[in-house]
Amino acid sequence: MVPEFINEAYDVAVIGAGHAGCEAALACARLGQKTIVFMVSTDTIAMMPCNPNIGGTSKGHLVRELDALGGEMGVNIDKTFIQSKMLNESKGPAVHSLRAQADKQKYSAEMRRTMENTDNLTLKQAEVADLLWEDASDGKKQVTGVKTVSGGIYPAKCVILCSGVYLNARCIFGEVSQQTGPNGLPRATHLSDSLIAAGLELYRFKTGTPARIDKRTIDFSKMEEQFGDEKLVPFSFTNRPEDIAREQQSCWLAYTNAETHKIIRDNIHRSPLFSGEIHGTGPRYCPSIEDKVVRFADKERHQIFIEPEGDYTNEMYLSGMSSSLPEEVQIKMYRTIPGMEHANVVRNAYAIEYDCLNPMQLYHSLESKEIHGFFSAGQANGSSGYEEAAAQGIIAGINAARKLQGKEPVIPDRSQAYIGVLIDDLVTKETHEPYRMMTSRAEYRLLLRQDNADLRLTEIGYEVGLISEDRYQKFLQKKQLIEKEQERVCSVAFGASGKIQDFLKEHNSQELRTGTSLEELIRRPELSYEMLAPMDPNRPDLPQDVVEQVEINIKYAGYLQRQEQQVAHFKKLENRRIPDEVDYNQITSLRLEARQKLSQIRPVNVGQASRISGVSPADISVLLVYLESFQKQKG
Amino acid sequence: MKERDTITAIASGMTASGISVIRISGSEAFSVAKRVFKQKKNGTFSEWRCEEAESHTVHYGYIVDGEEVIDEVLVLLLRAPRTFTAENTVEIQCHGGILVTRKVLQAVLAAGARLAEPGEFTKRAFLSGRIDLSQAEAVADVIAAKNRLSLKNSINHLQGRVSQSIRALREKILDEVSFIEAALDDPEHMDLTGFSERLMEESQENIREIDKLLSTAEKGKYLSQGIRTVILGKPNVGKSSLLNAFLGTERAIVTDIAGTTRDALTEEVQLGEITLQLVDTAGIRDAVDQVEQIGVNLAKKEAANADLILFVVDSSAPLNENDYEILSLLQDKKAIVLLNKSDLETVVSLEDITALLQANSCDAKVLAISMKRPESTDSIEQEIKNMFFRGNLEVNDEVFITAERHREALQSAGQSLAEVIRSIEAGMPEDFFSIDLLNAYRELGFIVGEEMDEDLVNNIFRKFCMGK
Repeated sequence: MVPEFINEAYDVAVIGAGHAGCEAALACARLGQKTIVFMVSTDTIAMMPCNPNIGGTSKGHLVRELDALGGEMGVNIDKTFIQSKMLNESKGPAVHSLRAQADKQKYSAEMRRTMENTDNLTLKQAEVADLLWEDASDGKKQVTGVKTVSGGIYPAKCVILCSGVYLNARCIFGEVSQQTGPNGLPRATHLSDSLIAAGLELYRFKTGTPARIDKRTIDFSKMEEQFGDEKLVPFSFTNRPEDIAREQQSCWLAYTNAETHKIIRDNIHRSPLFSGEIHGTGPRYCPSIEDKVVRFADKERHQIFIEPEGDYTNEMYLSGMSSSLPEEVQIKMYRTIPGMEHANVVRNAYAIEYDCLNPMQLYHSLESKEIHGFFSAGQANGSSGYEEAAAQGIIAGINAARKLQGKEPVIPDRSQAYIGVLIDDLVTKETHEPYRMMTSRAEYRLLLRQDNADLRLTEIGYEVGLISEDRYQKFLQKKQLIEKEQERVCSVAFGASGKIQDFLKEHNSQELRTGTSLEELIRRPELSYEMLAPMDPNRPDLPQDVVEQVEINIKYAGYLQRQEQQVAHFKKLENRRIPDEVDYNQITSLRLEARQKLSQIRPVNVGQASRISGVSPADISVLLVYLESFQKQKG
Repeated sequence: MKERDTITAIASGMTASGISVIRISGSEAFSVAKRVFKQKKNGTFSEWRCEEAESHTVHYGYIVDGEEVIDEVLVLLLRAPRTFTAENTVEIQCHGGILVTRKVLQAVLAAGARLAEPGEFTKRAFLSGRIDLSQAEAVADVIAAKNRLSLKNSINHLQGRVSQSIRALREKILDEVSFIEAALDDPEHMDLTGFSERLMEESQENIREIDKLLSTAEKGKYLSQGIRTVILGKPNVGKSSLLNAFLGTERAIVTDIAGTTRDALTEEVQLGEITLQLVDTAGIRDAVDQVEQIGVNLAKKEAANADLILFVVDSSAPLNENDYEILSLLQDKKAIVLLNKSDLETVVSLEDITALLQANSCDAKVLAISMKRPESTDSIEQEIKNMFFRGNLEVNDEVFITAERHREALQSAGQSLAEVIRSIEAGMPEDFFSIDLLNAYRELGFIVGEEMDEDLVNNIFRKFCMGK
């Protein structure tokens, strides 16, 4: 037994300095709470142990939302990206998504610099072994601090668990199994037991990462070059495109082939995923290459993106090819790919298994339902991905600070933000695999676009105190410009004669029969705000992001309106609160499964109840009728 | 289940009938009943010893108010949970008669029960898990059923025939949404090439399917609420004898209902399996010139509002301007021209009328009838069936949409799918389609109870009448 010693007390202790931990710690410190953050090594702050990019489909939305709330990830990637691309530009604005390739080292170094220079924030390299708590007066528990492996007790009013994939981690490839965290770093061996002792339920999840190849051993002439965008869009709303201009690096596209697949199939029995060696559940949506070959057996090839990991390294990341096959099989497999015949594997792919919380034990604020002051965020909550982690991190950080300040928690709902969807899914729906954000998970995605994240959330960030007055004023200005320009566009009228008819004919657009407005013309699919500039001589000079909002609001007005109606409907059940005293076991007309699930999760409103798997619409109808008579009885 | 208070109501409807039933339900049902229900032993009233009685048994005795006997009754003793509400239940069968029934109810209320709200018994049954929401709704329809066929249709609803087609539609729509969403998240493995064309075809097909269901809604309405019918014709052509023939048939049931459109009466006539809502029968009865009496304008209005016009023509007398005027009202309407007095020498032939109708571009049927022949009403009935139910009035293999709520939901779903088609035509990106697809999906879900909404739930229980 290591002797204990008591350290200085903190308002908040954050366990882990990955993407969740950094956002949580920064939010707390910036909101004036004395914060300490623990990490396995100060060299690994905001480390990117897997893919070398930030953003992507729906994840890009999270980063922009995070930025609107006053988070750091957007600012940090703007400083450190080496390629930037807006994905899905051929599709509707709801699914446009920003993705940037990061210089991994720089990303980590910049975040470290920010963390080290933030007031109220203390960095501590130490493994947390125990969560400290005492019994609370309401029969639940109250967190009191943490203890490190070296016996250091750090009293804290709130603790935020951001342990990533480190809890009892195990890395596996082929027949090899190592008791380490990612990248060979030490794992956390004590904390899991302490969490279980505190009454928390843990899951065992699995994820994986592909290999890194020496750039000098790849023949890129056999691959398709993937360039970054010329017109840059910053992640952070604080940056203008010109602020982030730089030379970009390319990514490369290659494909697997029949030979690759044959090697995989011949060795599939040696994959720990298929041999049963791995017990943790892996993500369906980020499958390993052996998963893909088995699941899409008729596909002749799969895409592989070869992505640079930074300016100061030759390592190239093999996106789309995560694997846990034995090292020798991996080498053979990579060398079947055109251009990689002589590839040198710097780091081989591996799967990693780890402990995480069953997130249904948390409120939407990300505080534990049973332990006051204990919050949890990121992969520790069963999510996957840097962006998902960061998004939870800032919410946990904000809510821990607000709890200490006696304020109501901030909980964006499903109609406000992808962050709201993410957290609601995690705490409501049963996840049996690492949760990845996806476009399809957001019901109201036409309203939740990456381009309007600031319009949706800056107000909240400002109220919370993470958005500066200066930034807020700029935001208000932007809002006003949008409104004014929309009004102006409605008032610009055209008669059915003269120049406009020639213009329309020229653009293959139907000529006018009666007078119309500029708004109506912008709405035509074949025309745009930009195209109509010659017909609109009094147009003010507006920033691109303002024009974008005006155009989207006009062009998709009907769809936006119908989506707003869907939201109004959603809010109805969302506003139907369920009193704490409701005893589901007394409602015999609920099916047994529904009674159990509702008792376990204790949803705060009927909307949340309706999203619990195992609770049917029939159960919801019972609940609605029951609540009505329940309230009547209470008078 | 939490203890609920004890409620009571007249369960048999407030009409003069042979027997009335008063239902008491709740934890105190037996003690409430004991206070008003006494049995006679050796000439004196004694306590009902229900504790010793088995469940589901009948007991003979009297409802008393102090010393006064209100009625001689039979009482059903039903113990929880094997009852409609799953609570202790007592049902008192007393002699019909509105006055007596009310007095019994008052005695039960005085004994400690609370008057049930409309639908409260059904709500309790629902909350006890005895029935689900769609069954509750169907129960409401069964109560409201006007005739054998609409009852049968309600029962078919209970068995879920409509649900089957709606569920199939929903599944198809969800498949499309899932495909779009999967393609958004995994463009490498899900290819949207050619998807729009496919979705267009399928949405059109789904709209056709919805329209098919909607077309039964019209039939369903006629079935459950009756066909609004106006009888037109100049004086002395036989309108009143036609009416009498309708009313005189032994199968007919007649009830007076206060008219809703104006002070005129609407009379419900049962013509075989069809219910007709006859408009302004008073005018016909008075045997005054109907067109004159109510005025041409009103006649026009009634004709416009009617589902069916029965135009009676005297075939033994030449047509005059009144006939032509009425003829002009038949355009775009379902109408039957009845060539009456066909047993007499005819001046106006079937061919004459047919030619006239064609000239006026009316699609009316012509029947030669004689009120002296009782089978005339049969041929009219058959013609109406042909017109409104394509001759087939067996509900065995067809289900009608009868609930207004379902009709509205179907319409909205159809509109949403039409939006999808418009989006495809406008060349919108695929992710836009899912907004309207999901709206259609949701609307259809309301019909089969797979989508839930607070208003919906409450409205279903509001539809119930007192005592159910």
